[in-house]
Amino acid sequence: MKAVVSVIGRDRTGIIAAVSGALAERGINIEDISQTVMQNNFVMIMLVDTSGSTVPFDKIGEQLQKAADGLGVTVHVQHEDLFNATQRV
Amino acid sequence: MFTENEILETIDMLDNRHLDVRTVTASLSLLDCIDPSAKKCAEKVYDKIVRVCARLVPVCESLSARYGVKIVNKRIAVTPVSVIGAASGGFTELAHALDRAGKALGVDFVGGYSALVQKGATDAENAFLDTIPQALTETDIVCSSVNVASSKCGINLDAVGKLGKLIKELAYNTRNNNSFGCGKLVVFCNAVDDNPFMAGAFAGLSEGECAINVGVSGPGVVEYEINKHPDYDITQICELIKRTAFKITRLGALIGGEAAKELGLAPGIIDLSLAPTPAVGDSVARILESVGLSSVGACGTTACLALLNDAVKKGGVMAANRVGGLSGAFIPVSEDAGMIEAARSGKLSIEKLEAMTAVCSVGLDMIAVPGDTSASVISGMIADECAIGMINNKTTAVRVIPVYGKTVGEEVDFGGLFGTAPIMRVNPGSPDKFIGRGGIIPPPVHSYKN
Repeated sequence: MKAVVSVIGRDRTGIIAAVSGALAERGINIEDISQTVMQNNFVMIMLVDTSGSTVPFDKIGEQLQKAADGLGVTVHVQHEDLFNATQRV
Repeated sequence: MFTENEILETIDMLDNRHLDVRTVTASLSLLDCIDPSAKKCAEKVYDKIVRVCARLVPVCESLSARYGVKIVNKRIAVTPVSVIGAASGGFTELAHALDRAGKALGVDFVGGYSALVQKGATDAENAFLDTIPQALTETDIVCSSVNVASSKCGINLDAVGKLGKLIKELAYNTRNNNSFGCGKLVVFCNAVDDNPFMAGAFAGLSEGECAINVGVSGPGVVEYEINKHPDYDITQICELIKRTAFKITRLGALIGGEAAKELGLAPGIIDLSLAPTPAVGDSVARILESVGLSSVGACGTTACLALLNDAVKKGGVMAANRVGGLSGAFIPVSEDAGMIEAARSGKLSIEKLEAMTAVCSVGLDMIAVPGDTSASVISGMIADECAIGMINNKTTAVRVIPVYGKTVGEEVDFGGLFGTAPIMRVNPGSPDKFIGRGGIIPPPVHSYKN
């Protein structure tokens, strides 16, 4: 199952480390990654493969947000079909 | 891979613009529960609902987490109870069974305490109608609807007259709760079999065993998009609404399809309605104002609503493989922050709302009127809405609340999604004699199509 992980917030040291570390710990593979600064916000988008995940899909978002707590960022983990539905014909 | 802008746009719609799935509604046939014993029938109804819909709420919660999409309500719509209970006459027992089953499953509402009497009522249906005030007073999450007219059959004025009295009785029964019982009863012309929205959802007799119908929402997204383009002419605005509606509907189609798959039920329809809530940024009235009105209710409101309604359909139809339900913008007064404000300041009248119902779904909805409004005046309102629906081949409805003990200038708070309603002025003239005549208003000549 593919998911889009998006991390939005103020740029600071350690965001990528915290999120990618938390993904690795759960056996989730990062397939693509991009980062940019938009309207003063740090935006990181990852496409991940959750087929080897050690935690249920429904819980990944919650756990990643917890792992990034204290960094002042918002983490979303959403099934890629959401974006296929809203952004592709 | 998606671009950052695409991802952020979708997240923004969900997190900041109130884009959500308003309801996932399981439409369930209870025809196999009919039994001459009221007790047995109620048991069968309870057992079937709890068995077939057992996983409705957990599956919706899981989908909500997977996609990051809020599913506001989980609901069940059943075969009209007037049919299921006709053999036993135990209608109120069935209302209690629906209430208990819904609560056991944790759903928000169970619809289907309903009757279809547009051409005439059987003895059982007349007996059923008389139980509506009691049933809605004694239960919490049961919703009721009565179809009293259609383009094919005309308007059953006997039923229209009766419903006016029943609404008054229900208002009195629930007087300690702002007469809110009336918020759970809707009177229809051209009711549809697959409506996922309450209070009017029921599983029509044309429906299969059980299907998942979905209602999406997202007035805030449409308003936000329009506000970004003050320079657009009206053709471009229509196109913008279409494109936005497409995205909104695709979300609903995704959730509906996945919910049906996980529950092992048939995928039903997507209802393309724009449904507001009283939350700021979730208002249909504000969309109309963003198109260019100082307030909803101003001259031009009906035209703006017509273009909105049509553009939403055009975008939505492309996005879903099965469209149904009511599929139009909702204009419930108490459930829409912009409508509440306009009604409070006197910029929106019932007469204007009536005109608006000619171009959108669904009708005079969640309107609080003075407690001393007579039964025949309420019946007159119903008859007017039925006439609009019957002549224009569309669904119309009336859900008015004659709030006991309150009058114009006062407000009532129904709480939560039901919002706040300023008591609106009603024309003081009397349709007593007209309603009292009874009988059937014949269908229009354009109904004879064969």
